Amino acid sequence: MLIYYKNHFQKKKGIPMFDILKKRYLNPTVVLMEINAPAVARKAQAGQFIILRTDENGERIPLTVAAYDREKGIVTIIFQLVGSTTMKLRAMNEGECLEDFAGPFGRATDTNEYKKVAVVGGGVGCAIALPVAKKLHEQGCVVHSIVGFRSKDLVILEDEFKNCSDKYVLMSDDGSCGEKGLVTNALEKLINDGEQYDAVFAIGPVVMMKFVSLLTKKYGVNTIVSLNPIMIDGTGMCGGCRVIVGGETKFACVDGPEFDGHQVDFATLMKRNSMYRDQEGKKREETCNLLKGNK
Amino acid sequence: MKNASNIKNPMPSQKPEIRKDNFNEVALGYTAEIAISEAQRCLNCKNPLCVTGCPVNVQIPAFISEIANGNFLSAAEIIKKTNLLPAICGRVCPQEKQCEGKCVRGIKGESVAIGRLERFAADVLLSQDEQSIPETKPSAGKKAAIIGSGPSGLACAGELARAGWDVTVYEALHKFGGVLVYGIPQFRLPKEIVAKEISSLEKLGVKFVKDFIVGKTITVDELFDSGADAVYIGSGAGLPSFMEIPGEELCGVYSANEYLTRINLMKAYRSDSDTPIYKAKNVCVIGGGNVAMDSARCAMRMGAQTVTVVYRRTEAELPARLEEIEHAKEEGIVFRFLTAPLKINGDENDSAISLSCQQMKLGEPDASGRARPVPMENSEFEITTDCVIIAIGNRPNPLLVSTTEGLEANKKGCLVIRSEGSTETMRNDVYAGGDAVTGAATVILAMGAGKAAAKEILEKHSK
Repeated sequence: MLIYYKNHFQKKKGIPMFDILKKRYLNPTVVLMEINAPAVARKAQAGQFIILRTDENGERIPLTVAAYDREKGIVTIIFQLVGSTTMKLRAMNEGECLEDFAGPFGRATDTNEYKKVAVVGGGVGCAIALPVAKKLHEQGCVVHSIVGFRSKDLVILEDEFKNCSDKYVLMSDDGSCGEKGLVTNALEKLINDGEQYDAVFAIGPVVMMKFVSLLTKKYGVNTIVSLNPIMIDGTGMCGGCRVIVGGETKFACVDGPEFDGHQVDFATLMKRNSMYRDQEGKKREETCNLLKGNK
Repeated sequence: MKNASNIKNPMPSQKPEIRKDNFNEVALGYTAEIAISEAQRCLNCKNPLCVTGCPVNVQIPAFISEIANGNFLSAAEIIKKTNLLPAICGRVCPQEKQCEGKCVRGIKGESVAIGRLERFAADVLLSQDEQSIPETKPSAGKKAAIIGSGPSGLACAGELARAGWDVTVYEALHKFGGVLVYGIPQFRLPKEIVAKEISSLEKLGVKFVKDFIVGKTITVDELFDSGADAVYIGSGAGLPSFMEIPGEELCGVYSANEYLTRINLMKAYRSDSDTPIYKAKNVCVIGGGNVAMDSARCAMRMGAQTVTVVYRRTEAELPARLEEIEHAKEEGIVFRFLTAPLKINGDENDSAISLSCQQMKLGEPDASGRARPVPMENSEFEITTDCVIIAIGNRPNPLLVSTTEGLEANKKGCLVIRSEGSTETMRNDVYAGGDAVTGAATVILAMGAGKAAAKEILEKHSK
């Protein structure tokens, strides 16, 4: 047992315990967890996010809500190994508790007026795109899902997407599954084939969202992106998550996380997201060694 | 008065050259001998002006007399009657503008060191193994929900709990204390003290719930639905203002809130913390309040080679607490007065490299009564910096107003109170106080408002 998780078992009366009820690997680097968080589950909606800490010294990281069950009080998160915190999180198992799990933060996805949309997901971003696709589908909207992965063994949530999509297009960088190419290739083809979308939802790596937005701008299709800047509190307190949208400074945590993709300054977002890259890398290495040492 | 000295007993402190590299508390506190000697400077005035200068009317000469007689615990008990958080107030109140500003001894010399004596008595009390639990009235059968665990929420919670109310405090972050834990640094207010004060409230029966964002996780309506008879909003002023000058989006540019939260709440200064922070060489802090001083002194402790406070007016107008300004100077922080930032310049990686500024001069007084800084022509210059911390103020967070029916806020985002002298908002049974109502102010004023609200709530519900 890892030393820094021992506190989680000192359950105190009245303190909410965010148990990990279920843990499942969707691919070698992407993990799904179901968390016991009734207060958050009661309010969560597609497009919103939560903030968690794994342990007392952990940092606060935002993760978008992948699913929720109001009755059972469960919130599902899906995350990819990126830094020290996601590494610690991945090392935790069913029955263990997260130190903190707060939310839901941000605005819910506005899905009301749409009749036909394309939902574009890239990599682990598909986990965030799925609840949006689901919600639209449930409202009777025609949903075309275009999802992209680097290769076949990284594909996630294929059945789930198929279940809520009128059309499902799988793309891979290396052609090991679906069609070879980028999600933008598939989207452009659909548009050229005459598909007319009320909106495109693009959720994935910043660079993917940038190129989807550039493409749809060319075709004049309204595009919504979900941003994931660095933040601390999620309530508008730190201002660390500020992004430039339409020339104005916005806080992704309260004004977003979804914004008009044609207005977002992606270059600045990418720079700001890499602000701590060196420190992050070092911390990740330390955590990796620590986890190895305890095994 | 047994001590005729015209100056205060100096505060034993860590030496500047040592403390500028650590986060331990700077002021070490009076010893019993020093405290007694200082207490003997008090004239025990018949009409004590100091008490009128205190927002919560601590019975100052009475507690100081007890210290002079060596009855330190009695002194603490006297303070606690009107101030639930003396160990905190003794450290962070701007005494020179309050009690000490009114002290008669200040006319011909220095005032009595009331703040230091308050801290001394409170620390003696906190060092006792067994804290005496203040008496509480039997259950009143009433429930209160307090939004925010900062000073005003804590004060309100304490007063209501003493009156036998069932009180729950909701906190959005993962630690209790609000600005006392995320804003004010460890070296000025050790977090252990905040934790002790909170645990003493727990002993009064106050329940604390973390990770709970009223307005998101639960609404004010739902708080009433679940049985609350009154709701108190003490959500503070947590929304950072930016200057809206070019370059604020560059890497290395922080709001003071973010910079301080990373360090104080997330402990980024410690190697066992996972939270990263920019380790800068030349830091510029913009602003002149306590938050600016805290940011500058934190930056110095994070290993900066130079830290420069950039302020539009002169030293005389600095709004920060006097002691913080002195401490900052002793620690080697440079002040550039009459200097207004124009633009933050970045390199090819969008990291801050310099701050373009303009020289100012003081003009006519503005709406705030302070001389308005006016730019001087052709006076632009640059300061080399890889980290700019913006500490020009905070406004209340709009989250609650936007999610609660019946609440009103003014143009500055401050909650509107229904009438002068009241703490009740435009919505029945929803009270508010502290920075959420006044905009960014002081810990003691927030506490005073929390107490006033508790009084009003109790009066209304005893009818």
